[in-house]
Amino acid sequence: MTNGRYGEFGGQYIPETLMNEIINLEKSYDFYKKDEKFNNELSFLLKNYAGRPSLLYFAKNITKDLGGAKIYLKREDLNHTGSHKINNVLGQALLAKYMGKKRIIAETGAGQHGVATATAAALLGLECEIFMGVEDTKRQALNVYRMELLGAKVNGVESGTGTLKDAVSEAMREWSRRVDDTLYVLGSVMGPHPYPMIVRDFQSVISKETREEILKLENKLPNKVIACVGGGSNAMGMFYNFISDKEVELIGCEAAGKGIDTKMHAASITKGSIGIFHGMKSYFCQNEFGQIAPVYSISAGLDYPGIGPEHSYLYKTGRAKYVPVTDDEAVGAFEYLAKKEGIICAIESAHAMHYAINEAPKMNKDDIIVVCLSGRGDKDVAQIARYKGYNIYE
Amino acid sequence: MSNSYFDKNVFNKGKAFIPFITAGYPDLNSTKKFVLALEKGGADLIELGIPFSDPIAEGPVIQHSSMEALKCGTTTDKVFNLVEEIRKESNVPLVFMTYINVIFKYGFDEFFKKCDELNVRGVILPDVPHEEKNETEEYAKKYDVDIISFIAPTSNERIQTIARDSRGFIYVVSSLGVTGVRDEITTDLGAITDIIRQTTITKHAIGFGINNPVQAKEISKYTDGIIIGSAIIKLIDKYKDNAEEYIYNFAKEIKEAINS
Repeated sequence: MTNGRYGEFGGQYIPETLMNEIINLEKSYDFYKKDEKFNNELSFLLKNYAGRPSLLYFAKNITKDLGGAKIYLKREDLNHTGSHKINNVLGQALLAKYMGKKRIIAETGAGQHGVATATAAALLGLECEIFMGVEDTKRQALNVYRMELLGAKVNGVESGTGTLKDAVSEAMREWSRRVDDTLYVLGSVMGPHPYPMIVRDFQSVISKETREEILKLENKLPNKVIACVGGGSNAMGMFYNFISDKEVELIGCEAAGKGIDTKMHAASITKGSIGIFHGMKSYFCQNEFGQIAPVYSISAGLDYPGIGPEHSYLYKTGRAKYVPVTDDEAVGAFEYLAKKEGIICAIESAHAMHYAINEAPKMNKDDIIVVCLSGRGDKDVAQIARYKGYNIYE
Repeated sequence: MSNSYFDKNVFNKGKAFIPFITAGYPDLNSTKKFVLALEKGGADLIELGIPFSDPIAEGPVIQHSSMEALKCGTTTDKVFNLVEEIRKESNVPLVFMTYINVIFKYGFDEFFKKCDELNVRGVILPDVPHEEKNETEEYAKKYDVDIISFIAPTSNERIQTIARDSRGFIYVVSSLGVTGVRDEITTDLGAITDIIRQTTITKHAIGFGINNPVQAKEISKYTDGIIIGSAIIKLIDKYKDNAEEYIYNFAKEIKEAINS
């Protein structure tokens, strides 16, 4: 057992009922990650089913418009199911299959991880149940139907605040009810060890490709690498292979909702403190007595009161920095990218886009920014329309 | 670890009855009345829940009571004040049941120091497995407070390791899943408690799902104590701050059933 610590962060704070299964998961993962057949099958699926490698796209129009650093977009939005989530899900669902599991369960916020999980379950012939906060089922009704279309059962979670954190809690409760034939496919670099490691490994393909592609295109590394963070899986995947390149600045964009001076945000690092929840020691939005705070963001995918333990470590050691981006700023970036570049990105990714738009003009013309465009924005269009005052429903 | 506080004060009157209630549900004054009623009804140890916003090991009944307790303003400090009030009238054995973030945020040293002052000799933390116990136990030991270990139906070869390192008493989880009333308990509890007994002299109690005297008596064959939570919270759901008498009767029935 490595206990999965990143400095003081991480750990395995879960009920005894789940411990043997978590240990089994770690052993199985350690075995199959070195197994040729498993790796070949996963590579095949990533290439032929998910559509990897994803494009590294030079955003010429916005680069010209902003008049500073060159902006590249890592197009995870072009993956099958429309986001980076499929990278991790194919890995974990395949692992479930190799472990002899018949059923996978997952939490979802915006619905992207749920849709990706339901997709992988359909492909690999696994039973699938998704847990989604009732508030999110309303915000993302189309994704609920999408998951059902893919053969998954979607459970609306009423407890707590009816959002992503409650979906995670309920998925953990369900897993403890039925451990034998079920694997919990966690969607982010969070939860008890070994999840933060497994999800990071499966997502690190993003930075592996980006690093190779940018060296080929520009013959140098980027100055800044930017990604949005909720739990932090696309950011961890985007950062991972740049961590040892000290000259590359790593920036995570947290959801500041209606502003970090209000209570309506989900900025775990900017406004939170260290705590222990959902299996891990990390930064959380919480009150002085350790009660987890209700959080808010226009983006259901960033609407989580914590952040993965490896991010907390990158923050504490100063290797990465984390900045808050408000709803208004994200919506502005969402519209700007659509108008200038013809790309409708996920509202989550628009948080990272905003920071890039702000930074680029301050930088030199031969500097490079890479933004992880973690998902596509089709799911968000109706909500953004309503945000802008149009009476449009899906 | 013979003659521990728990051996001398909890497991010394036949099979022990260990009820759980959520502090602050429906309000802190009622909790005090309920604790005294449980003691009068024959409870040997009372688990007092310090409510947490996101209790991942609880079913809907205890989740709901925790949310309500927090809504009416229950905090860790207010629970300490409540126990101070209780201690003016009773020295009934108490343990706190809560989640690790509550005590981490309070400060481990401060928290266990408070437990010591209030003669609360144990703390139950469902989200702290054996692997993560040292962090809290280091402070708990300093103040003579025991971290209660869990053993679950899935523990298998872990049973001996956990039992060997156990302090206070062992909480045996009867079924998979979360807390809550169950019609049927299918785990081979006898097999689990046999291994525990062969490994340690620490006493054990079984909880999760037990809700009536017949079931309690049946399960008590395998163990030194019976833990009941959700069934009592359901009485409070129904009778609110008038639940005192119902809780007293329930405690009396259970204590008699498991010792008949």
